[in-house]
Amino acid sequence: MSAKLKNKGVVPSITVPDGGKWATTARQTAADLLSETGLPHRRDEYWKYTDPTTLTAPEATPAAIFKSDEALPFDGVDAVKIVFVDGVYDAAQSDALELAGVEIETLADAAQKDIHWAGSVYGVLEGRGQNPVSRPLASYNTAVSEQGFVIRATGKAAKPISFIYLHESETSDAVIHHTIKLDEGADLTVLENGPAAARINAVMEVEVADSAAFHHVRAQGRDHERRTATHIFARLGTESSFKSFTLTVNGILTRNDAIIEFTGDNAHATVAGACAGDGAFHHDDTVFITHDAVNCESRQVFKKVLRNGAVGVFQGKILVKPDAQKTDGYQISQGLLLDENSTFQAKPELEIYADDVACSHGSTVGAIDDTALFYLTSRGIPHKEAQDMLTLAFLGEAIDEVEDEALADDLRSLLQGWMARRHS
Amino acid sequence: MLEIKNLHVGLEEEDKQILKGVNLTVETGKVHAIMGPNGSGKSTLSYVLSGKDGYEVTDGSAELEGVDILDMEPEERAAAGLFLAFQYPVEIPGVGNMTFLRTAVNAQRKARGEEELSAAEFLKVVREKAKSLKIDADMLKRPVNVGFSGGEKKRNEILQMAMLEPKMCILDETDSGLDVDAMKLVAEGVNALRDAGRSFLVITHYQRLLDHIKPDVVHIMADGKIVKTGGPELALEVENNGYADILAEVA
Repeated sequence: MSAKLKNKGVVPSITVPDGGKWATTARQTAADLLSETGLPHRRDEYWKYTDPTTLTAPEATPAAIFKSDEALPFDGVDAVKIVFVDGVYDAAQSDALELAGVEIETLADAAQKDIHWAGSVYGVLEGRGQNPVSRPLASYNTAVSEQGFVIRATGKAAKPISFIYLHESETSDAVIHHTIKLDEGADLTVLENGPAAARINAVMEVEVADSAAFHHVRAQGRDHERRTATHIFARLGTESSFKSFTLTVNGILTRNDAIIEFTGDNAHATVAGACAGDGAFHHDDTVFITHDAVNCESRQVFKKVLRNGAVGVFQGKILVKPDAQKTDGYQISQGLLLDENSTFQAKPELEIYADDVACSHGSTVGAIDDTALFYLTSRGIPHKEAQDMLTLAFLGEAIDEVEDEALADDLRSLLQGWMARRHS
Repeated sequence: MLEIKNLHVGLEEEDKQILKGVNLTVETGKVHAIMGPNGSGKSTLSYVLSGKDGYEVTDGSAELEGVDILDMEPEERAAAGLFLAFQYPVEIPGVGNMTFLRTAVNAQRKARGEEELSAAEFLKVVREKAKSLKIDADMLKRPVNVGFSGGEKKRNEILQMAMLEPKMCILDETDSGLDVDAMKLVAEGVNALRDAGRSFLVITHYQRLLDHIKPDVVHIMADGKIVKTGGPELALEVENNGYADILAEVA
């Protein structure tokens, strides 16, 4: 990485990497914005429940490598596999960047070109997502990132693209930025998994044109000590569809932001997630959905299982602009606390300026249902196994948001593995 | 099979005694019925025997085949051969009925040191038993008891009993909420399980169920005690005269 964060909690000094004209402009714009906003601080409204100190510190806190012989999630999926090691693209371990219906380039290659379609997406969607809430970690990412892919789907992709983020150095600090564009009617699935580094700052910008469909399934797992900040910025055209699901297990600190903007009518977006945390685990989902078109539907479904002092945070906002009539916005966040030491904080927000909309939100926090637990154990199912069944059932309602059955099954077995390890 | 001696039970959370010295012996292969007015402690007895939280045993004992069960976890009691058909079967969203049944069957087999059933073996057995209880494939696929009618829930209880093949079956008001046809179906399911090696304790308010599941012995429970024991004719007496006469007689 060419730039380092120099100051904690204030404006970092940044060296924007060299590139072609479009990339340099975008990077400089982001750097300028960052110098205005400064880095996030606990005093910021959207960092009240999550301490960003280790995410903004000049150096990554070292993280031990998690050793496991288990297959990686989505290993059995026929996909174009793209491997990063400690946040750096590893061509040798990756498949050829060839996929019918899709153009795949590295950010570094694309940035060298004078004119590129990515200039209308890179830093642009991220920039739109900076208002009304500033997102300095994303600005930082846009300003300095040299790693990531620039992907354009022109039709229906023959198979998914699967990003695999391996973590090999205990002190690695990764900044990855993917720029994705789906042309009209295109269909693309992007998978992501792996811890990536001791610390990762990841941004994914997704432009979904009219009638296009984007599917995103992410498994954040393995390393216990990793620290992660991710942002997804998406802009949705008419009758388009965007679905993103994230499963998180372990990880000392995870902050996942999703900023979705409806600009075309009759579109759909789902942002969902399930997480399971045990002990030193802080997990924050922050979602901001802007409805600026007619008859669009958005769903937010988040479930968190927490024990041994783990903390879960959900901040979800639905903003319905004055002309976004017939909006259907749904939001549910639920915490399942397996003991009295764990915490779930939820901040649902609705801001509605149109008068003909259906928006609903719900948030619950509770313990395992004793009656259900007794019913299962009275049939001979051991207490721990019964608790796992009920935990899995709880998280399963979020996993149900994943359309692809094979991917959903992968996520379920990942969770089962996590539970089994916890007992051993 | 089941031997309960001087069992005293109170609520853990409040100072309230519910069972005040229950004595009851159910012999192997026999069907005993417990009848009694509301609040007499019938359901508490079934919960205490199966290991539900919230009760405190202050005196007495309960043994299954000579082994004290009161210190066991619910799953250990189940593996030892005890089964409770719930008055109100619990709905468990997100857990498939089939998964639940297979997990339970195999957990018990494992606890007893027996080989677990393969998916195929299990499927064959469960389909056969479900058919005789008129439980269709859809009910097996759905989450446990979710969206089941009252009759379907009770049939599902009997299916679990048939799959788990317990030695000691306790049926807690299995007739409640059932119409005549559903009750017949449930009773047939229970009767099919009657066996020289299996005992039943049938808890009910009404004699009606006992027309279909014929008991060997009938007990009347009142105020936390068994107050009268007799043959099937005792149930008819209750049906004709209510509990008042019997309670007055023993008072």
